[in-house]
Amino acid sequence: MKRFKLILYSFFILFFTISKSYSLIEVDITRGNLNPLPIAVSPLFQDKVSKIFFEKEINIDDLGSEISKVIENNLKQSGLFNPLSKDAFLQKPDIAHLKPRFEDWSLIKSQALITGKVTAVNEKLKVEFRLWDVLAGREMLALAFTTVPSNWRRVGHIITDKVYERLTGEKGYFDTRIIYVSEEGPKTQRIKKLAIMDQDGFNTKYLTLGNELVLTPRFNPTNQMVTYLSYFRNLPRVYLLDIETGIQEVVGDFPGMTFAPRFSPDGKKIIMSFAKDGNSDIYTMDIENRIVERITNHPSIDTSPSYSPDGKFITFNSDRSGYQQIYVMNSDGSNVKRISFGKGLYGTPVWSPRGDLIAFTKLHKGKFYIGVMRVDGKGERLLTENYYQEAPSWAPNGRVLIFYRETKSNDKGEGFSAKLWSIDLTGYNERMVETETDASDPSWSSLLSN
Amino acid sequence: MNLSNILKNTFLVILLSMVVSACATKKTGTKMDSQIQGDVYTGTDTVEYLAKGVPDRVFFATNETILTTMSRDTLRKQAAWLRENPSVNVVLEGHADERGTREYNLALGERRANAAKDYLMTYGVSADRISVISYGKERPVDSGSNPLSWSKNRRSVTVKAN
Repeated sequence: MKRFKLILYSFFILFFTISKSYSLIEVDITRGNLNPLPIAVSPLFQDKVSKIFFEKEINIDDLGSEISKVIENNLKQSGLFNPLSKDAFLQKPDIAHLKPRFEDWSLIKSQALITGKVTAVNEKLKVEFRLWDVLAGREMLALAFTTVPSNWRRVGHIITDKVYERLTGEKGYFDTRIIYVSEEGPKTQRIKKLAIMDQDGFNTKYLTLGNELVLTPRFNPTNQMVTYLSYFRNLPRVYLLDIETGIQEVVGDFPGMTFAPRFSPDGKKIIMSFAKDGNSDIYTMDIENRIVERITNHPSIDTSPSYSPDGKFITFNSDRSGYQQIYVMNSDGSNVKRISFGKGLYGTPVWSPRGDLIAFTKLHKGKFYIGVMRVDGKGERLLTENYYQEAPSWAPNGRVLIFYRETKSNDKGEGFSAKLWSIDLTGYNERMVETETDASDPSWSSLLSN
Repeated sequence: MNLSNILKNTFLVILLSMVVSACATKKTGTKMDSQIQGDVYTGTDTVEYLAKGVPDRVFFATNETILTTMSRDTLRKQAAWLRENPSVNVVLEGHADERGTREYNLALGERRANAAKDYLMTYGVSADRISVISYGKERPVDSGSNPLSWSKNRRSVTVKAN
């Protein structure tokens, strides 16, 4: 048997668990975009009857080709794959899907190939796809999905997740959404709205009108709820919003500002800061029975809490040492330990969904950094340096971080912008995430389908 | 007017604007030094007045909530004015500059406004006449990205609520 291995080295055990004796191509996700895997995404084939149906139904002329573009773009943005130009493809999509002529695909230096077929079945969209190992000349994966035609972009994302998982050994993060704050207008009178979009920047929807200031939206990891800070009626309070129904409500009954909300990993509690008389402490509220618990009780500022994925610990930001630093405590507030000891100030700690790392913002000598450290504070790694950036949020597989970055304005206040950026845990593949308006405070959802 | 005249005039305008902008740069330089003391804004650029001789705001050093001598002076004037006008209630709006993380800045703004509130209470203003709101770094008064702009934005502003 011909064996092909792209990687030589990896420090994730999970990575090896899917390697069976016949598994061939593998992608090393620990090295970012150094050696992106050449992959060919053949346009998905569709027959004439289906073509006419989809044209009528969703006004898309070549749906198979459009879905393949979604997949291609996802793979490219990940930094791990190099999708090859379709101009070089020799084999027709329908034939390739039945049985690829592997020599043709290896001739254009492709190592993996995705083929597929799109059909209209009972007014629904059926998509089949296959992933092929070109060098070994065999099929690695074959799946089919059926859904409503308007869901076609999601099918592209789900296929990318399956391909990513098969080739890297880790779950993907493509069938996900980003909630963020859309920003417009001059700095002194910024209009902010909650906005949500697919991970690749499509299907943007605005959830508030911009009448009141809104900040720091965060997804519930288990459902379609969002928690955020709103200045509705000039009372800054944490709100809970159901993005399916649009119904929202204030969280708890606090006689002062509540802010910095986040969900517990089981989605049942909201953890946040409550500020009163110049002191901010951390509280939780159980969403179902409304029971409020005080977690910290200290005259310093305690804010930006984030649970560990098992719910046993909380990391948070406090200036109890004199300046902003990162701390970890048990989820009942006991056993508080400072973990950041490097030079500079540390803020916005967020526990990785894998549990092994905490991402943070660091301010040192007038520069802002996004970095990660182990949960005991050791092994600090700074991933990116800039004039201003903060608030990292993890992709559900813990491989990518999204954050926002602001540019410096001149003395007249011109030249200011706020944009979303993403970066690999490796520090490679730093990219601006396109948004319709300026944007800040991104939060990454869990995988929508599993 | 012939072409050479037009050219000459244009040249003059360019020259003049260069001189003006050179002056402007110099002016800001000296202005800044005299307007910040120990990282705290001491100028009057953005300051409004609740009444004659009663400034509406106090300024803070980076990451600090301590009231300076000048701030305490301002707050004593505000307290005297509030005692004279017992029907007036106020909102203290606490702010931070843009060089800090959003969530921490919300807490910092709240702490700054409360530092001002505590001082007003020491000088005889009842707590129920004062409410507090923090805007963190969300409502800068100066949109520049330089130390002078930031110093104007680190503030607690006393606003009439009725």
